[in-house]
Amino acid sequence: MSGLTIENVSMRFDLPNGTSVQALKDVSLDIKEGELMSVLGPSGCGKTTLLNILAGFLAPTEGRITLNGHPVKGPDAERGMVFQQGALFEWMNVRDNVSFGPRMAGKRERDWGANVDHLLDVVGLRDFKEKAVYELSGGMQQRVALARCLANDPDVILMDEPLGALDALTREKMQGLVLRLWKETGKTIILITHSVEEALLLGERLLVMAPRPGRIHEEYRLPFADEGVGRDLREVKKNPEFGQKREEILGMIWNMEEEIMGRTEAAQ
Amino acid sequence: MIVLLIYIAIFVAAYVLVKFVARKATTDYASLKTVTFGDESAVVPNRFASVISILTIFLLWAAFTGSSLVPSFLHAPGPFIGDATFTYTAEADGVAPDDATVTVRVFEVGNDAEDPVVDPGDGWAKNDVDTIGAWRSGLIRVDDNDEYGRDQGHVVTAINGTPIEPGGSVETDYGRVGMSPKGTLNFEPSKGWQMEPIWLPAPEAVLARLSEIASDGYRDSTLWEHLGYSLFRVIVGFFFGALVGIPLGYAMGLSDWFRGWFDPIVEFMRPVPPLALIPLVIIWAGIGEVGKIILLFLAALWIMAIAARSGVSGVAISKVHAAYSLGASKWQIMRHVIVPNSLPEIFTGARVAMGVCWGTVVAAELVAAEKGAGMMIMVASKFQLTDIVIMGIILIGVIGFGIDILMRYAERLLVPWKGRV
Ligand SMILES: Nc1ncnc2c1ncn2[C@@H]1O[C@H](COP(=O)(O)OP(=O)(O)OP(=O)(O)O)[C@@H](O)[C@H]1O
Ligand SMILES: [Mg+2]
Repeated sequence: MSGLTIENVSMRFDLPNGTSVQALKDVSLDIKEGELMSVLGPSGCGKTTLLNILAGFLAPTEGRITLNGHPVKGPDAERGMVFQQGALFEWMNVRDNVSFGPRMAGKRERDWGANVDHLLDVVGLRDFKEKAVYELSGGMQQRVALARCLANDPDVILMDEPLGALDALTREKMQGLVLRLWKETGKTIILITHSVEEALLLGERLLVMAPRPGRIHEEYRLPFADEGVGRDLREVKKNPEFGQKREEILGMIWNMEEEIMGRTEAAQ
Repeated sequence: MIVLLIYIAIFVAAYVLVKFVARKATTDYASLKTVTFGDESAVVPNRFASVISILTIFLLWAAFTGSSLVPSFLHAPGPFIGDATFTYTAEADGVAPDDATVTVRVFEVGNDAEDPVVDPGDGWAKNDVDTIGAWRSGLIRVDDNDEYGRDQGHVVTAINGTPIEPGGSVETDYGRVGMSPKGTLNFEPSKGWQMEPIWLPAPEAVLARLSEIASDGYRDSTLWEHLGYSLFRVIVGFFFGALVGIPLGYAMGLSDWFRGWFDPIVEFMRPVPPLALIPLVIIWAGIGEVGKIILLFLAALWIMAIAARSGVSGVAISKVHAAYSLGASKWQIMRHVIVPNSLPEIFTGARVAMGVCWGTVVAAELVAAEKGAGMMIMVASKFQLTDIVIMGIILIGVIGFGIDILMRYAERLLVPWKGRV
């Protein structure tokens, strides 16, 4: 029983004014070890909620999550998280940020030093080890966050719009980096994004969610992630199949948004 | 009023001058910004303005006290010194009105002065002489040496030819001549624009007093003892305030029970100015060290508790989440995330608390103390020793400023990320 299993998970937020929001309804999913899955969906469809449940920050109102056979009850080092804004610790320099996990686990520097330095090399921050994190650019901070997550060697990496705040060029480079790290480390990665292209590039599996209540709408298996490893991602995007899938999914999300708008208009 | 106008004039003149001279010189980043209005980072203090501002204050101070530190052409007009004269016209029963001259020697207070020597003159009204200290005034009984005294109906009707009545006054070149309701003349030599040393001593007098007190002490204690006692109270009071306040604030930020329990107390005590506690603390603990330290402890406590509380509540939840998913325990998150994250707030609070404590200790010493900066100026003021009062005020300001500079320095050293996130 390896991998991440989501069984009939529902999440309802009871609001103080007595109403409630059904953020997720009856979501079931099996994610195999080493899978790279991207999640798309219109705003408010419960992507972040799902990720928070997987991370263990929220307990679902119904259903259960198991990782490698044991139930998920709270946050744990086996499930790493990368946030939209690095969530780095400003009071530590880059290297201390990256080595936070191993240090908290009580390991000594000789056990983690080489690995941390290697990761800093991989994300291209070798010369910034001693820098304060607030002196780095947004893209560099995001790379620190990635390295910090990897240094802790989690089984699953959860990413909530990790590249959302970056400019197009940096973003493209980071997408390449994520693919490379995925292949090299063989980690299970779940990545939420708002960009259809990014979802196509960074998803062996692509999950499209629908809102109200949040649920899985459609699922794809895609070849582009494998193709893209170690290659120029712009080449992959030129693939006619890529363009076709992009149009298909864009249309699907567009329809959902229309539907939401229509519904709110009708309600008014 | 005139001082304010001069001050404004210097302000404007210096602005025009510095802007004119420095216009081409600056090419740093901020000067390349085209939008500076409303951009806080573009408004850094102009150092020229600060220097000129301080110089201006000293200049005005020196000019209006006739200080020997500045050349005399910069002095504001001083009080009249020398021999002042005016004539009076007197009437008496049965004789024609007669004139006589009054000569008043106005001397600097502290110097000896002798009556000027004048000829009594002719006529039944005789010339008079008197001495008056600068900035003072004096009664002049002109009828004393006249041939017809009050019992013969002696009345003064005019000064320098200007009619005068009881209760009225006449301005002369040398000062004001007034007449009391009973008809006695008084003379007030013109005071000029300078301040009397008893109101505002010259800078060099304050300086001299500083060196005198620094070497000889004041009221059985050296100057350093006075200042040291004040500082000691502040530091001890602040230390205990922080020692209790910070953990209290953390507890309030982390536990709903603590928050609920202490919120009313903290929110109630926060708006109570520490000065208002002085009477109560004196009743409870007396005027000794314990009372003062309790007072400062209370002054610092709430500020530090609130700062620590908002520092804890201000931690971005994503940082806590990140730490949890990296495997940190509660205790580790406390130690490595929550505490460092709250440090900027705590430093801000500490700066405020230090400022409040310093102000409170001086005020408490004004009320009652045996040693301390506040006690020094309070006692001095009772004896009209204005120079000590001003010296004390300057020292209190300088020390308060020094404390803040130190705190800012420590802040830059210990929480360099403050305001950079
Ligand atoms: N703590 C909460 N309390 C109440 N309602 C919540 C809470 N968190 C999320 N919701 C609701 O649950 C729904 C799903 O929110 P969620 O943040 O998961 O959406 P999302 O798909 O991540 O959206 P986005 O793409 O904009 O980030 C929304 O309707 C939101 O209003
Ligand atoms: Mg979201």
